[in-house]
Amino acid sequence: MRDLSVEYLTARGPVQAVNGVSFQVRQGEVFGLAGESGSGKSTIAHAILRILHPPALITGGAVRFGDRDVLAMSEGELEEFRWKSISIVFQSAMNALNPVMHIRDQISDVLLTHGFPRSEVQERARALFDLVGIDPRRLDSYPHQLSGGMRQRAVIAIALSLSPPLMIMDEPTTALDVVVQKDILQQIANLKEKLGFSILFITHDLSLLVEFSNYLAIMYAGHILEKAPAHELFERPLNPYTVGLMNSFPSISGEKRRLTGIAGAPPDLVAPPKGCPFHPRCPRAMAICSEVMPAIQQVSPGHEVACHLY
Amino acid sequence: MANVNPVPADAENPQALTPAIGEGAAPKKTAGRQARSANRETFRRLVGQPKAMIGLTILVIYILVAIFAPLIAPGDPSRLEARQNQPPSAEHILGTTGQGQDVFRQLAWGARMSLAVGFMVGFLSTLIGLIVGMTAGYLPGLIDGVLNLFTNVFLIIPGLPLLITLASFLPPGPLTVILVLTFTGWAWPARVFRSQTLTLREKDFVSAAVVSGESRPYIIFSEILPNMLSLVVSSFFGAVTYAIGADAGLAFLGFENVNTVSWGTMLFWASNNSALLQGAWWTILPPGLSIALVAFATTMLIYAMDEVTNPRLRSEKEILRVLRRFHVVSKRSTPVVRKAAE
Amino acid sequence: MEQKPSEIGSSVTTQNPHLLEVRGLTRYFTVGSLLRPRHVHAVEDVSFAVRRGQVVALVGESGSGKSTTIRLVARLIEATRGEILFEGVDVIQDEPRQASREYRRKVQMIFQDPFASLNAVHTIEHHIERPLIIHKKAEIRAERLDQIHILLGTVGLNPPEEIARRYPHQLSGGQRQRVAIARALAVDPELILADEPISMLDVSIRMGVLNLIAQLKEERGLAFLYVTHDLASARYIGDEIIVMYAGRMVEGGTSEEVMQEAAHPYTRLLISAVPDPHAGLRTRKETGLRGEVPSLIDPPPGCPFVARCPNVTAKCHEAMPGVSQISPTHWARCYLY
Repeated sequence: MRDLSVEYLTARGPVQAVNGVSFQVRQGEVFGLAGESGSGKSTIAHAILRILHPPALITGGAVRFGDRDVLAMSEGELEEFRWKSISIVFQSAMNALNPVMHIRDQISDVLLTHGFPRSEVQERARALFDLVGIDPRRLDSYPHQLSGGMRQRAVIAIALSLSPPLMIMDEPTTALDVVVQKDILQQIANLKEKLGFSILFITHDLSLLVEFSNYLAIMYAGHILEKAPAHELFERPLNPYTVGLMNSFPSISGEKRRLTGIAGAPPDLVAPPKGCPFHPRCPRAMAICSEVMPAIQQVSPGHEVACHLY
Repeated sequence: MANVNPVPADAENPQALTPAIGEGAAPKKTAGRQARSANRETFRRLVGQPKAMIGLTILVIYILVAIFAPLIAPGDPSRLEARQNQPPSAEHILGTTGQGQDVFRQLAWGARMSLAVGFMVGFLSTLIGLIVGMTAGYLPGLIDGVLNLFTNVFLIIPGLPLLITLASFLPPGPLTVILVLTFTGWAWPARVFRSQTLTLREKDFVSAAVVSGESRPYIIFSEILPNMLSLVVSSFFGAVTYAIGADAGLAFLGFENVNTVSWGTMLFWASNNSALLQGAWWTILPPGLSIALVAFATTMLIYAMDEVTNPRLRSEKEILRVLRRFHVVSKRSTPVVRKAAE
Repeated sequence: MEQKPSEIGSSVTTQNPHLLEVRGLTRYFTVGSLLRPRHVHAVEDVSFAVRRGQVVALVGESGSGKSTTIRLVARLIEATRGEILFEGVDVIQDEPRQASREYRRKVQMIFQDPFASLNAVHTIEHHIERPLIIHKKAEIRAERLDQIHILLGTVGLNPPEEIARRYPHQLSGGQRQRVAIARALAVDPELILADEPISMLDVSIRMGVLNLIAQLKEERGLAFLYVTHDLASARYIGDEIIVMYAGRMVEGGTSEEVMQEAAHPYTRLLISAVPDPHAGLRTRKETGLRGEVPSLIDPPPGCPFVARCPNVTAKCHEAMPGVSQISPTHWARCYLY
């Protein structure tokens, strides 16, 4: 996507949730999008599929999938586009699953809607459950009969049902225990190797992203502040916000250091600070930071930063 | 199961209609902003609400009529003075009844009785409902069980037969009416308040109060009750609506003292005097319409209360209003509106 | 003879008397019909101790019983069995019906959800003033206001006069949590129970609150019982870590011991599952430890971890292992030791 901007129209005035965001997800890659609340990362996920509800408006930029312009698609085209080309896994499986339908029915629903031949639906459902590691006999369960981890796997199975080349995952494991999280992510990694799809992985858990993704982007208040390959970002974080974020994760091994986190709180997006949105909290802010928003520039191969320090 | 790794509290949710991002103000900002409690916010919003304004206006008009009855319709409303069944004229604005009484004067003075009974019953039902409901909701075990059973029994007993039975046994008069209507009307608010108390009791701020050492009565009255205010107001108006209608019904059926003047008794006499056969619509319409209007007004207030306190209802309206302002047609997919500048 | 859980306290500590000691704490919830009741064994036979000025972290995933345990210590719910000794006195025996005012002054609590733990209809000032009034910390209103402002300053909320006048919805999550801490501090407690205080806060704000807790411990000698699912933060501020699984405690020791030389198979599983960027990108291996926490309803005898344990033996199914000391401060409930 290039220069994507999304606004929410609220009674208090337009809120710029996403401001000129550009990035690319390559084939077979895991692209991580990190940010805290108000960063706009979830908004982007929904904007790509154009499933944001009013009062949200996409106000600028381009979203291209292959050679198709998503923002120019009609309703009909979008319906076909969603799930076949890009699918999405949300945070809470209970929100994504219909509580009064068997899982089996929910999968066949999706398949049939997208033109899957009826005769092959059952077979496909079984195969999908095998893929994600659930006993196919559980297909006839209701969502509440499954544990949290299994529910999330079911949602992933549904997301994979049409073999989309790109899967968006919006905080898929945040509500799960850490052991289950590891399990599921491992499963997803294996599936990715096997089936070759790309993943846009969105979460606030930076340590998870560094471990799981190939390439990372850090978002703050609707802007991307830094982009780099995962281990590069981890070793050489440039933007002070990234540095601060790294400083917010105590480690479980290695020496015990005193961490500071970041002072202050995320900005009010109705009246964002002038210039760089991070400058009120930035330990290295300069005069220009409160005036002009820094443009994102390449500092080394693959590593881009939006900061006046560079 | 405890929420293990929940998304941070201010998490943005694109499906949320007003993003929560704006709520947390940094300490340095909002220096001049007035501190406003949740209840005061509600009140402020209520004042601008069209439904609330309509309801309130109608109610206020009728209340004023009742209060100033001696001024706007002086004289004894029961006095037989004119010719019977006269249609509205300059001398008698709303005509005369089958007995020869001035309809307008009856309407004005009758408002006192009807409204007084209505509000009194509303107040008492809500009060008793609160006491029983909150006690049952907050005190677990036996007390809750007993009170709840008690409440449920009252809910199940068919209302109208009970009303009629009681009204026929007790001496007719406004006190009886109030008693009887409260007797049948307290159980529903009690149930609602109990539910709400049960929910609020589980909230962390109640646990925090317990850990601080607060006494039970304090928690009930100062922690839980203020969070139920909008519900209490809605219940009150609901009870008033019920009371006004039931009072009129009882009077119409002749179970009240038919010599007192109220809208219900006006209807009773109108029916008694075969008003419809006689074509004397002016003896039926004013009281009937007044009852309906007051009930309508209280119902409007309940709806308004609902809208103001239920964030989703509120947001939907706001969104439509905002979208119209920007000339955007709402479709299923997110619309793309390119700004001219940039 | 294996050591009984209730004896851990005496072997772990030195001369310092315990501030809080919990022995055999158990809590069952009844579910099912009246005629055929079943019990959820939410907390089973939990024993540990907290010394003055010490931070003990209770670590576990959902369903481990850690939240129920802390609520038992807070006396928000009643224990089915077991003893809670505070400053050497069994409080359940002493004050069976309701916790005394003394206890409520010395033991305070902060909660997980910063939005829910403050009452929306009261100002911040009101929230902090109430404990001062109840525990008679200051008789005159002016004195109380002073105290409130000092407390707000202590937790880093400035300017205190302005913050005090606000309502909860006008503060951010991190600020609210600090208010909760200020409220807890108002009565000058000895022990603060913290139920996942940072898990619902934005990532960049968490360290600030954790550091505040650490600071309070250093400067005021406050003891904390810190409940969390996050091993990393437990290590960061915890002096001691106790690991819980399916309502039981399975391992305990100093935080370095538990993290670096984890003994119990569950602890090891937990540690391996935490994403650790410092460890670099590891090659992914199949851990094969799939499985879920077992049902807590009328559980079978034996160790609850049998379904997922790589070292399970026949003995593990028969009875719950007792406490084995690995070092004077490090213990685990496992037949491996």
